[in-house]
Amino acid sequence: MALLMTILQRLAYAALLLIAVLVLNFSMMNLAPGDVADTIAASMGGADAEVMAQIRAEYGLDQPFLVQLANYIGRVLTFDLGYSYFYNQPVTKLIFERLPATLLLVITAQLLALIVGVLLGVFSARHPNGIANYFVTLLALFGYAAPVFWTGILLLIAFSLKIPLFPVGGMIDVTVEDNFFAKAVDIAHHMVLPVITLGSIFLALYSRLCRASMLEVLGSDYIRTAKAKGLTQREITLKHALKNALPPVVTLAGLQFSAVISGAVLVETVFSWPGLGQLALTSILARDTPTILGILFFSALVVVVGNLLTDMVLRAIDPRVRGRA
Amino acid sequence: MSQIENIPVKARSPFSEAFEMFRRNHAAVVGLVVLAIIVAVAIVGPMVYPGNPFDMVWAPFTPPGQEGYLLGTDYLGRDILSLLIHGAKVSLTVGISAALVTVTIGITVGALAGFYLGWVEEVLMRVTEFFQVLPTLLFSMVIVALFGASLPMITLAIGLVSWPAVARITRAEFMRIRELEYVIAARAGGVKNAKLIFSVILPNALPPIIVQAALMVGSAILFEAGLSFLGLTDPNVASWGQIIGSNREYILDASYAVTVPGVAIFVTVLAISLVGDGLNDALNPKLRQR
Amino acid sequence: MTDPLLKIENLRIELKLRSGPIPVIDDLSLELNAGETLSFVGESGCGKSMTALAIMGLLPEKVGSIGGGRILFQGNDMARMNPAELRAIRGNEISMIFQEPMTSLNPVYTVGEQIAEVLRRHKGMGQADAWKRATELMDAVRIPNAKARVGDYPHQMSGGQRQRVMIAIALACAPKILIADEPTTALDVTVQAQIFDLLRDLGRDTGTATILITHDMGAVAEMADRMVVMYAGRKAEEGPVEPVISHPRHPYTKGLISCVPHLLAELTEERPDLTEVPGIVPSLGSFGADACLFASRCYMADAQCRNARPPEVAFGPQTSACWKADIV
Repeated sequence: MALLMTILQRLAYAALLLIAVLVLNFSMMNLAPGDVADTIAASMGGADAEVMAQIRAEYGLDQPFLVQLANYIGRVLTFDLGYSYFYNQPVTKLIFERLPATLLLVITAQLLALIVGVLLGVFSARHPNGIANYFVTLLALFGYAAPVFWTGILLLIAFSLKIPLFPVGGMIDVTVEDNFFAKAVDIAHHMVLPVITLGSIFLALYSRLCRASMLEVLGSDYIRTAKAKGLTQREITLKHALKNALPPVVTLAGLQFSAVISGAVLVETVFSWPGLGQLALTSILARDTPTILGILFFSALVVVVGNLLTDMVLRAIDPRVRGRA
Repeated sequence: MSQIENIPVKARSPFSEAFEMFRRNHAAVVGLVVLAIIVAVAIVGPMVYPGNPFDMVWAPFTPPGQEGYLLGTDYLGRDILSLLIHGAKVSLTVGISAALVTVTIGITVGALAGFYLGWVEEVLMRVTEFFQVLPTLLFSMVIVALFGASLPMITLAIGLVSWPAVARITRAEFMRIRELEYVIAARAGGVKNAKLIFSVILPNALPPIIVQAALMVGSAILFEAGLSFLGLTDPNVASWGQIIGSNREYILDASYAVTVPGVAIFVTVLAISLVGDGLNDALNPKLRQR
Repeated sequence: MTDPLLKIENLRIELKLRSGPIPVIDDLSLELNAGETLSFVGESGCGKSMTALAIMGLLPEKVGSIGGGRILFQGNDMARMNPAELRAIRGNEISMIFQEPMTSLNPVYTVGEQIAEVLRRHKGMGQADAWKRATELMDAVRIPNAKARVGDYPHQMSGGQRQRVMIAIALACAPKILIADEPTTALDVTVQAQIFDLLRDLGRDTGTATILITHDMGAVAEMADRMVVMYAGRKAEEGPVEPVISHPRHPYTKGLISCVPHLLAELTEERPDLTEVPGIVPSLGSFGADACLFASRCYMADAQCRNARPPEVAFGPQTSACWKADIV
């Protein structure tokens, strides 16, 4: 019962955050020079004042700000994010076409960074003088300082131009056989470089934090208890230490969703990955406001859902969080 | 009395102690030297190496070292060395001013939240969380797209999306320090809130904020590079990200045109993060022992 | 006479410093018989806990390593066992409870799981059997409503209850030796008495020999059969509790006892002034010295004490490492 209440509370708060994003979106649309009427007029090659007024009335642009805002939020609730005059398609349709590619990239990179980061962190904490330790330190420096698009280009030059192991870009070859398995393999092949590029920044973050967290946990009293019980080193590390070292890493990973999406915009551009990031860039260059704001809303949605999931995972790991409700 | 005065006082100012701690971190000292060189290049470079970096000076795709062009020319036949030198100024200026914007907003929000607590904190922290939900790069892309890609707007956009981290640190420090004896004493002595915030608490809250601010310069440089890589920058000003972005279609013909500017960004940000590390050692000696 | 359960011979534990190894435990020998309670007494830093950790094979690398001597458990030298052999003994035949009940349990597992784990590890029990036995053990350490609380997490329990859980873990496999390292220091006074009662009753019921590490002379008088007084990594005095307390043969023991006036009052009718042992334990640097390390704090010390390490002198079952043992 208490759990249900907590979940409902979280959901309500998440909804509130998303509505705030909509308000921001709408305000920016209004503050920015030019409106839909200008865009339409431009696409028609110019229009006189009367036609402009007609268009404005049709789109409710002559209504008071708050009425327009309420209308906008109402439309979004019915999955209507407006119409892209640049693509001549509803924004929702455009986004839903691109969203899976971005989610695939973002989730794979996050998971990979998290898993490898935790493994590296655990391993280097267990062997403080080992080579893994230096690797984690170097990785942390590199991951912070290297611009992600540059890392991507370096990998591209090295592993698809000089040594042609991976495709130069895109998500799937047009020539690939039309069955699920062949497609999956081809997509995976295309994904390798983008995922490594995007994951490397976060891998650096997670491995460093996991190492610090493991070192702290390994020095704690309950680890001494576990040793006194006669458990093996593996049991102590993986059962008793890791579960205690994970919460800070999971919390950090949860906070990174927005950064991962930001990184994805750059990585998608480098590898011509047909996702939201590419769509965002093209629509920004084309001044396609409805699409831009729709993408901003959807990426906020992804972040909010990611945060909710993080919360659930934390609850599953740490009983003390559960107790707090 | 006279005896007490005879004891040699060896107390050192906190400043020289911090300097000593910084000096002991060799990586940080190297970082500082590298950074000084880059700053010198950004200031003096354009005078030594004058001319418009956007001018075509030789045949496109001239490899580095040939025809007297140390770093070669790009797809438009522009001198990459000249672009790099002029770009340094933009990258550093935007980086530093964006960090200033970030820190200003962050300190204001964090200080108010951490000092007043109650509903003020509630509201401000919800606003902070709201800003953390928006993907930073995407949000700043939108701002730049809607309001124009001038350098001041880019700076503002970076500051506007980066401040939550600073706000959180400031708030935590304020919440800790406001409970310390000397603050309670000052408060009991009738010191006004504004004075409490700015002259009693803030100076003591600064060390971790300074470290964060240093790292923010690095992040802002990366951020600016990302935006200009995407082409969302003032097209009339050279910047490192822009050189990479405009040349990335030609990596087969001139890979140096994209790799070299990246090295410049990498080295600069790396130097800043090493300096940040050293500042951390110098200003938060307790944290270091962990 | 049968062999003792545990026999420590000339144990030396070294801390490696840049200036060379320093003996933090120096030439320590003692015996523990089946079923008896032996107490280690001394100030903080005198090597009580370190000896206990050495017996468990749990000396942290940074703290020290065994530099010589033997730790014979049922005739086998634990100092030379491989990690797997040690693990088979730890938590099974020799187990240990610690000073900090608040932090000694893993916060992310239920107490039942933490008890059941040792049973599965050492007794080969299945999930269900181990859980059932864990509930019984919770009952045995007198946690009320054990059936409901076995699924609790440590943070849902008080310090006293957590220490009871630690005792349940330690006694789960019916060990031959239980080492209790200041088990009540972190607890309320009323709870301390309960924990001591519990340890004594359970020890008696199971025939477990107990090593009780404490600086509480009252607890020693109440709980222990024999005691070992340690000072600066060396054994100062050893013997059955009653004669050692009523007639200490080492000035350090004497000082410790006089810190607790009611002890003597009960045993001897005389009520001396409350005193303390002046000074502090010497620094690590002087640990290897060929001298009595207590000399700097001793009212009887003379040149001999400062220039040669005193040998052990026996007085019946009691031994003392003091040059002036006969006149203390």
